[in-house]
Amino acid sequence: MPEGSAASAATHITIEVLRYDPASPDGPRTQAWTIPYTADMSVLQALQYIKDQLDGSLTFRWSCRMAICGSCGVMVNGVPHLGCRTFLRDFAPGPVRVEALAHFPIEKDLVVDAEDFVDKLAKIQPWIVAKEPLGVKDGPTRQTPEELARYESFSHCINCMLCYAACPQYGLDPKFLGPGLTALLHRYNSDSRDAGKAARMELVHSEEGVWSCTAVGYCSEVCPKQVDPANAVNQNKTASALDWFARFLPGRR
Amino acid sequence: MAFRRTYVRPMDGWWRRDPYFIRYMAREATAVFVVIYAVILLAGLIRLSQGAAAFSDWLEGLASPWSVAFHVLLIAVFAYHTWSWFRIMPKTMPPVVVAGRRLSGSRRRWRPRPRSSCS
Amino acid sequence: MRKRSNQPPFWLLFGAGGMLSALLGAALVFITGIAAPLGLEPRAAMSYPDVLAFARNPAGKAFLFAVVSLFAWHGAHRIYHTLHDLGIPTGLVAKLACYGVALLITLRAAYTLLAIGF
Repeated sequence: MPEGSAASAATHITIEVLRYDPASPDGPRTQAWTIPYTADMSVLQALQYIKDQLDGSLTFRWSCRMAICGSCGVMVNGVPHLGCRTFLRDFAPGPVRVEALAHFPIEKDLVVDAEDFVDKLAKIQPWIVAKEPLGVKDGPTRQTPEELARYESFSHCINCMLCYAACPQYGLDPKFLGPGLTALLHRYNSDSRDAGKAARMELVHSEEGVWSCTAVGYCSEVCPKQVDPANAVNQNKTASALDWFARFLPGRR
Repeated sequence: MAFRRTYVRPMDGWWRRDPYFIRYMAREATAVFVVIYAVILLAGLIRLSQGAAAFSDWLEGLASPWSVAFHVLLIAVFAYHTWSWFRIMPKTMPPVVVAGRRLSGSRRRWRPRPRSSCS
Repeated sequence: MRKRSNQPPFWLLFGAGGMLSALLGAALVFITGIAAPLGLEPRAAMSYPDVLAFARNPAGKAFLFAVVSLFAWHGAHRIYHTLHDLGIPTGLVAKLACYGVALLITLRAAYTLLAIGF
C-alpha cells in the first residue's frame, strides 16, 4: 500500500454509531469503529462488518438488502436513509454517523419501537372494502390505466418509516397519523374498487389526521419509493377543508 | 420477555439540526413580515380616512431611510415566500392524470443526501 | 366518533392569503414602500386623490380589503403553527392571540374602508 499518496483512495472509513443498551443505567453513547472501505459498500454492509468482525453486540434490523422490505431504516449524518441503499462513498472520507430512526423511541442501538406505527396501520383499514360481495364466478375486477394511475404511486410504500423520521410534527406529537399511513389510507380511498372512504375520512378530518401537518415536505424528500406522502396528506387537507363546509349542505349527514 | 426500557430522544432544537428544517423555519418566519406589512397598509388606510394631511404624513414616513431599508428586506422576505409557496403548493393538488399516467408533483428522483460533516 | 378538527376555515384563509401574497406581495411592497415614497415612478405616486379614488371605487375597496385581511389571516395561521413548532403551548390563549389579531385587523380594515366612503 503506497504511503503518503494523496491521490490514492481511502482504504478505511470510520463509522460512529449511537448505541443504547436498555439494561445499562446509562443513556445512549457514541461508539466508533474504523473499518475497511471499498467504494461499493453500503451503510448496512458497514454495520454487518462491525457486527461480524468487531462487536457482535451491535443490534440493528435488516432483511432483503434491496430496498423493498423496509427494515433497515437509519439516520445517516442526521438524515433518514435505508442502510442497504445508502453508500459510504457518498459520505467519504467520513466519519459517518449512524443513529436509530428519529422520532421513535430507541429499543436498543439502531432498533426503534415501531409499535405506534403498527397500531395505526390497523386503524386506517388498509384493504379494499368491497362495494358489493364478489365471488370467483364474478371474475376479475377491471380497472382502466387512468384509475390505476390515481393510486399506484401511493401503493409503493414499503412501510420503512423514513418519512416518520423526517416529519417533525410526528416527532413533536406522536398522536399524528403521519405521512406514510396517510399515503396508504389515500391509496385505498383512491382505488376505484374501494368503498371504505367514509370510515377512513373520519381519521383524516381529525386533529391527529391531516390537520397536524404543516407541509414541511421532508417526508416526500426522503421516501425511497417516491410515494410522495406530502401529496397524499395535503390533497386530503383540501378534501377535508371542502368537506368541513359541505357537511352543512342539505342532503348530507 | 426480554428487559425493555426504551429511550426517547428530546425534540429540543430539532429544526437547527438539518438545513431542510432551517429553510422550513425561514419559510414559516416570513409570516411575521406578511402581518407587519398588512398592518403598514392598514395604517395607510386609516391615515387615508383621516384626510390629506394625515395621509401625506404616512407617505413621508415611508420615505425615511429606515422604512425604505425595511421594505427592501420585506421584498426579499416576500420573494422567499413566493419561491417556497410555489414549491409546496403542488402537494395540495389532486393528481393530474394525462393519457393514463399520473403527473408527479416532483420529477426529481430520490438520491441520498450526503453530508461529509456529521454534526 | 373522532372529533373533527376546526382548522379548515383558518387553513383556507391561510391558503388564500398565501396565494395572494405569493403572487402580489413583492410587487406591492416595492410600489408602496419604495417606488411611491421615493417618487421613482410618477404613475405609482400614490397621491392622496389617486389613492382615495382607488379606495372609494368598489373594486379598489375590495382589493384593499382582500390584501390587508387575507395577509393577516395567512400570517396568523402560520404564526400559530410555528408557536407549536417552537414548543410553545398552543391552547386557547395562542388561538385567541393569533386569530384574534387577524380578526381585529379585518374588522378595522372593513370599518375604515367603509368610512372612506364610495
